Amino acid sequence: MSSPTIVTCRGVSKRFGGLLANDGIDLTIARGEILGLIGPNGAGKSTLFNLIAGAFPVSSGTIMLGDREITALSAQQRCKLGVARTYQVPRSFESMTVIENVTVGAFVRQRRVSAALEKAYRTLEYVGLVEHATVAAADLSPPLKRRLEIARALATEPTLLLLDEVLTGLTPSEARAGVELIRTIRDSGVTIVMVEHVMEIVMPLVDRAVVLNLGKVLAEGKPKDVVRDESVITAYLGDRHRAA
Amino acid sequence: MHYSISRSSRFVAEHAAQQRRQLLVALAVFAAIALLPWMVSDVYLMNVLVLTLLYAALSQSWNLLGGYCGQISLGHALYFGVGAYATSVTFVKFGILPWAGMFLGGAIASVIALALGYPCFRLKGHYFSIATIVIAEIGLLLVNNWNFVGAALGVQWPVSPDSWWTLQFARTKIPYFYVALAMFAATWLVTFWIVDSKWGYAWRAVKDSPEAAESLGVTVFHTKMAAAAISAFFTALGGGFFAAFVSYIDPESVMQFQISLLMALPAVLGGIGSLWGPAIGALILIPLAEFSRSYLGGSGSGIDLAIYGGLIMIVALISPDGITGLYRRLRSGAAA
Repeated sequence: MSSPTIVTCRGVSKRFGGLLANDGIDLTIARGEILGLIGPNGAGKSTLFNLIAGAFPVSSGTIMLGDREITALSAQQRCKLGVARTYQVPRSFESMTVIENVTVGAFVRQRRVSAALEKAYRTLEYVGLVEHATVAAADLSPPLKRRLEIARALATEPTLLLLDEVLTGLTPSEARAGVELIRTIRDSGVTIVMVEHVMEIVMPLVDRAVVLNLGKVLAEGKPKDVVRDESVITAYLGDRHRAA
Repeated sequence: MHYSISRSSRFVAEHAAQQRRQLLVALAVFAAIALLPWMVSDVYLMNVLVLTLLYAALSQSWNLLGGYCGQISLGHALYFGVGAYATSVTFVKFGILPWAGMFLGGAIASVIALALGYPCFRLKGHYFSIATIVIAEIGLLLVNNWNFVGAALGVQWPVSPDSWWTLQFARTKIPYFYVALAMFAATWLVTFWIVDSKWGYAWRAVKDSPEAAESLGVTVFHTKMAAAAISAFFTALGGGFFAAFVSYIDPESVMQFQISLLMALPAVLGGIGSLWGPAIGALILIPLAEFSRSYLGGSGSGIDLAIYGGLIMIVALISPDGITGLYRRLRSGAAA
């Protein structure tokens, strides 16, 4: 059986020119949990997210997927090992239909078109997009595009799903539907990491929260403890607010 | 997870049926075109038909890389020239049959496409297109100064009796018509087959968003290289056929920039990244070019280019996805 830890980051740093976006981050993600990666703007959440997904290389440090080091692997190789992601600004394949978008992902585990299409269709049923299967991706509304991002990622049959602000900017009812979907995905055995900017949305959903600030881990723990943490409140609201 | 097996397999079966229908329509179109020589006796008109079919094939080859994979090459004249020269030189100097020469040219063009793709596919968007123009112009200069292949004088095919072996026909154009039709049908079928495969999905994904494609397990670089090699191969086949058809080639006639344009424009006009776009575009552009050239003569040189420019402007304004895109939208509009 696989190890209880799915991702281990050790001393992960990322430098963009003069900016140290991630500064020696140590982080473990347990198999089967929903982890919230939160923090104020510019805290380095998206950078860490992208480093785990393999969108760009680390400056230093190591990243393990289970027992396997993936630090040097490309996004494409990590996808084959079971890492899937969504984009904050949806990057649908606009000239393709919804089901064709998802089929691209399905080809990671399927060789034949018929098998990939069938997998894509079932994935669309699963996320509740099937009635839009033959619609052009360009014609989807923004919330549905977010859903398509998730469908495409799920079609690759990931063990680790990285969600980049999939709930931000949704109406309350859309967000509720999203939360429900994410829980269902987790219950099917997929580990989930969510980057969210808005705390209220993620806190009820996640099992554990990691708060980043200025490129470092500021706090981690149960959501209800993290939100009471003095340093977290300071980071989010500033010193002045606390003094008031 | 709860799946409704029947609905998903029904969808897949429907897809397969749709593909079969498309294939049958295409075969019917090819068969109908094959009847044309019985209706057209005029040699000049037959000449226009051969060129139209040739450019439909060339534009379809261009479409594989430019339309489906999104890598807009404006230097495909290079591969056309490689095919034309490989076929001509091996035939005239070594007596190798043009059929073999065409495939040799195709293989060389693929190798060149891979060698050029290695640095060029690191460039994005317009920079890639500019690089292809420059490289094709360098190729033109090299051939212009390469004595072994006749430099600026080109290669004259020897006069030989009509024969399918040497692909030389002085009395009739009809055999060329059928070879051009076969090439068009072949490129269409190859495109049809690739588009409905793992490759086709990867190509289109790379065109729309390379980053997202990579995150879904697509190796973007290899994908572009494969598309370039296949596209170059079929373009060179067309070049080899053209050489046999006109029996005389020089650098200007097979490698000038206008040929690169004439491969891209039909696809753009007809509908980039669509199965019938290149053919529809070629059906409009090539006769237009030939008629304007012959009726307006020397004084009209450049008029065909002005017409292309005008058509492209109209396409960009009215229907950026070409004539097939317009048709699709009108049909879905009528259905709604």
